[in-house]
Amino acid sequence: MPLLEMTNIHGGYGGANILNGVSIAIEANQIGVIVGPNGAGKSTTLKALFGLLTVSEGSIVFDGKTVTNMAPEKLVLQGLSYVPQEFNVFPTMSVEENLEMGAYVRRDSFRHLIDQVYDYFPPLKDKRRQPAGELSGGQRQMVAIGRALMTEPRLLLLDEPTAGLSPRYMGEIFDRIIAVNKAGVGILMVEQNARQALALAHRGFVLAGGQNRFTGTGAELLADPEVAKSFLGGGADHA
Amino acid sequence: MNPSLREAGLFAGLILLVAGIFAWLGAAYGVRMLVEASCYAIIALGLTIQWGYAGLFNVGLMGFVAIAAFTTVLISYPVNDVFWSGDGPWMLGQAALTLAIGVAITLLLSRSTRIGVPKGLRTALTLVAAAITYLAVQGQLDPAATLIEREAGFIGGFGLPVWMGWAAGGVVAGLLGWAMGRITLGLRADYMAIATLGIAEIVKAFLKNADWLTRGTLTVSPLPWPVPTPQELGFVASRSAYLAVTAVMIVVLYVLLERAWHSPWGRMMRAIRDNEVSAAAMGKDINRRRLEMFVVGNFIIGLGGAALITFTTIFDPSSFAPLNHTFLIWVMVILGGAGNNLGAIFGALLVYVIWIMSEPVAIFLFTNAEQLGERLFGWEAPADLYTRALQMRVFVIGLTITLVLRFAPKGLLPEKVVKYD
Amino acid sequence: MPEAGLLAILPMNELVFFLNKVVIAGLIIGSVYALGAVGVTLIFGILRFAHFPHGDMMTAGAFVALVLLWMFPGVGAAVGLPTAFVLMPIAMAVTALLAVGLDRMFYRPMRKSGVKPVVMVMTSIGVMLMMQGLLRLFAGTGTRQLYADTDDKDIYRIPLGGRDLVITEPQLMLFATTIVAVVALHMFLTRSRMGKAMRAVSDNPDLARVSGISIDHVVRTTWLIAGALAAAGGTLLALDVTLKPDLSYNIILPIFAAAIVGGVGQPYGAIAGGLLVGFSETLAVFNWSVLLRPMRPYLPEFIEIPAKLAFVPTEYKIVVPFFILIAVLIWRPTGLFKGRVNN
Ligand SMILES: Nc1ncnc2c1ncn2[C@@H]1O[C@H](COP(=O)(O)OP(=O)(O)OP(=O)(O)O)[C@@H](O)[C@H]1O
Ligand SMILES: [Mg+2]
Repeated sequence: MPLLEMTNIHGGYGGANILNGVSIAIEANQIGVIVGPNGAGKSTTLKALFGLLTVSEGSIVFDGKTVTNMAPEKLVLQGLSYVPQEFNVFPTMSVEENLEMGAYVRRDSFRHLIDQVYDYFPPLKDKRRQPAGELSGGQRQMVAIGRALMTEPRLLLLDEPTAGLSPRYMGEIFDRIIAVNKAGVGILMVEQNARQALALAHRGFVLAGGQNRFTGTGAELLADPEVAKSFLGGGADHA
Repeated sequence: MNPSLREAGLFAGLILLVAGIFAWLGAAYGVRMLVEASCYAIIALGLTIQWGYAGLFNVGLMGFVAIAAFTTVLISYPVNDVFWSGDGPWMLGQAALTLAIGVAITLLLSRSTRIGVPKGLRTALTLVAAAITYLAVQGQLDPAATLIEREAGFIGGFGLPVWMGWAAGGVVAGLLGWAMGRITLGLRADYMAIATLGIAEIVKAFLKNADWLTRGTLTVSPLPWPVPTPQELGFVASRSAYLAVTAVMIVVLYVLLERAWHSPWGRMMRAIRDNEVSAAAMGKDINRRRLEMFVVGNFIIGLGGAALITFTTIFDPSSFAPLNHTFLIWVMVILGGAGNNLGAIFGALLVYVIWIMSEPVAIFLFTNAEQLGERLFGWEAPADLYTRALQMRVFVIGLTITLVLRFAPKGLLPEKVVKYD
Repeated sequence: MPEAGLLAILPMNELVFFLNKVVIAGLIIGSVYALGAVGVTLIFGILRFAHFPHGDMMTAGAFVALVLLWMFPGVGAAVGLPTAFVLMPIAMAVTALLAVGLDRMFYRPMRKSGVKPVVMVMTSIGVMLMMQGLLRLFAGTGTRQLYADTDDKDIYRIPLGGRDLVITEPQLMLFATTIVAVVALHMFLTRSRMGKAMRAVSDNPDLARVSGISIDHVVRTTWLIAGALAAAGGTLLALDVTLKPDLSYNIILPIFAAAIVGGVGQPYGAIAGGLLVGFSETLAVFNWSVLLRPMRPYLPEFIEIPAKLAFVPTEYKIVVPFFILIAVLIWRPTGLFKGRVNN
């Protein structure tokens, strides 16, 4: 049974529906990647999953439990965690306080988790007293992911974790994401850098116009000439 | 329900209510009530431009009303010969000259960065110049004020026709609105509310204390009317004539506003109000447009305020209890239907009638409560029970605002969605 | 000795007068503004609207203290402090609950239906009018004393040669309370889980929600703190001067000015802003001729010292916070401590 199964999701922000039948399924400990053109509804899909907009049709099952339209603060307790595309840190709070806020729902001691985040992202350790708003874009992204890891989620939702980062930082973030995944955390991420992301994906989903266009393993999608032509820019060969 | 049917029904009900009051309290009372209500309707039209059309939050209505009323007094009150024959005008002229020179120097200094003066020094110099100007003007104004108050009472007016006074009142209110708008329009909405509240308090404090200019607590009366006064025609006839004037103003304003609202300009305004972000993306200068709305709204508020105070025949700065009346007008607009001109007029008439009638009702209720309390528990009512009873009305205004915003945010006559392609 | 000579020229009388009229008075009124402005700024930061009834909430707090005073008149004498001060913690608790109740009744439904911020401001004005109406209905418009007959108002005179420096007991209590409140608030916001959550919500409400922070709890805590501090400010002000039911507008404008000067959403800024506004007011209405007169012998002949030389006549005191407000809005809309200007 998949860890997450979104079936035929419809929904929007109050006006017309943005999502017109999106289906996503991934197994535990897998990396799923959503790609697609701007405005395809990728971010909206993650928001629908995380209870940030109303799903009018379709169902979301996480870990065997139906969680359609469950409030975000409850989903956190179910083992889901979400890093938004923008504004994903608390700018006036220090790095360490950001991580503490990630652990807000925990009543137990979480010191070891903070240390674990510093292990994943060593640059943060030196900056831990510094306000997150004063960090570089890549470091802010690290804080954002670290914050989301503080609940020890089973599935981590990332919305364009490498947006606006230099290639060097991008590779570093992807490496860290793989490391997190190796440690037993499922990942579902939206990515603009489609080739690099699909290369490390177990499952890939190509969305356009609020619907699935292609679904398959990362390798299958990379190899598919249709996908390459319409969504990855250029031929499938020069990856 | 069909909106036109709804309009017809509501207005018919209102007419019945007014007819009942005429029958009960007599024509003289009824016409007076209608004149005052129509002045409030003009003010409400101004506010509906600001709030209903532009979403601007003006908490300083009574400040704008007061400044417009004062301007009317200044323009149309008879000339005070004692003042003009004394030293007063000369001394005031000197103070004005000092002010002009001081302001000019201050402005020049504030631009002095252009000739290479460092920023910090510029700011310091500007502040010093402003302070010196202020103290110098105050130093000249004080003796002038004392002299005028002692010899002439106050400076009086210019004896010009009343309609010029009203127009000037509207213009001054509009100018004050322009200044407020320039400062607060780009900031979050709350700031405008706070700033307009402040302006209203300051205008009131100024008018109340500048005796040489306004006679302060001594009040100015009788104010000249644009139509023959009751002494000449009798109450009903002269008040009816006044009502004709305000009614014509309402009709003219209504027609102009409706036309503006259905013009391309109005379409743009709605686009701005309903979707600030996309309007900005389309390259519209939102704050400029809003400033226009705010100024036009204040002009109309000033007109209505001038007409209202003229009708009462007395200019009493301490009567502008700013917030209660301000929010009475707010209730008129949101209950009537923000963004709907007809709604504003309807709301103004209805709410004013209720407001006027609520005073005897409140007193009646409290007298009964007092007697009942005395009989049942030997409760001794405090001496100021009546004034306290009237405070209940403030409570009711507040309650109405919260209830309308929550349960009927569109008001009784909701804004009609204009279809255009 | 040179020092004695210097002291002799110094117009001690006048300087002490200045200390009393400007420094102490400014500190007093500034502390009251600060206690109000902290609440306003927290509400601004977390709920994103200007809370107009805050002045009435302060008055309501003082009235709660007055009712408590009638109920337990003897308490103060037993401890040796003014009764109202001893009972103030209860008044703070009651007012805090009142604030939460008002939120439940009026603000929360609007919040849940997702209205624009400006509609929240309007609602808050509706609540302000209701509170004002009720306060005056039950309390009339006259002034009252919050000092019971059994309490005695201690006045401390510190001789400084010539005139005495005068500090009253309620003024000392006001300073003490303000300092305790500031320190406690600082500890709360930087050390406690809920305090940090409040800062998080103020920083980024969407992310706070996504992190599992319960916005409802944070909002409730905000109202509790704002209500309690408002009651403390109102009670102490009433102890120092008198209890007036229609303080409302006269105090809300300086409080807003303080919150905006300090930077919206910045509690420390609000405290600094409160003191700044307080000092500005006392400096502006101070009659500077008093300080100039002793210099008469040293000044050239042609300079006359007017009988009254104040920047602002006392009747126009309300102008002072307003001008501070306008100046800040023009030159530095984020306030001195970088608050938020946009939603
Ligand atoms: N808060 C919102 N309210 C209304 N409409 C929205 C909102 N957010 C997004 N939309 C609309 O939903 C559609 C899909 O947006 P979404 O953010 O999901 O796109 P995306 O695939 O993530 O694009 P991008 O690659 O640019 O991030 C767009 O047409 C967008 O205009
Ligand atoms: Mg997106």
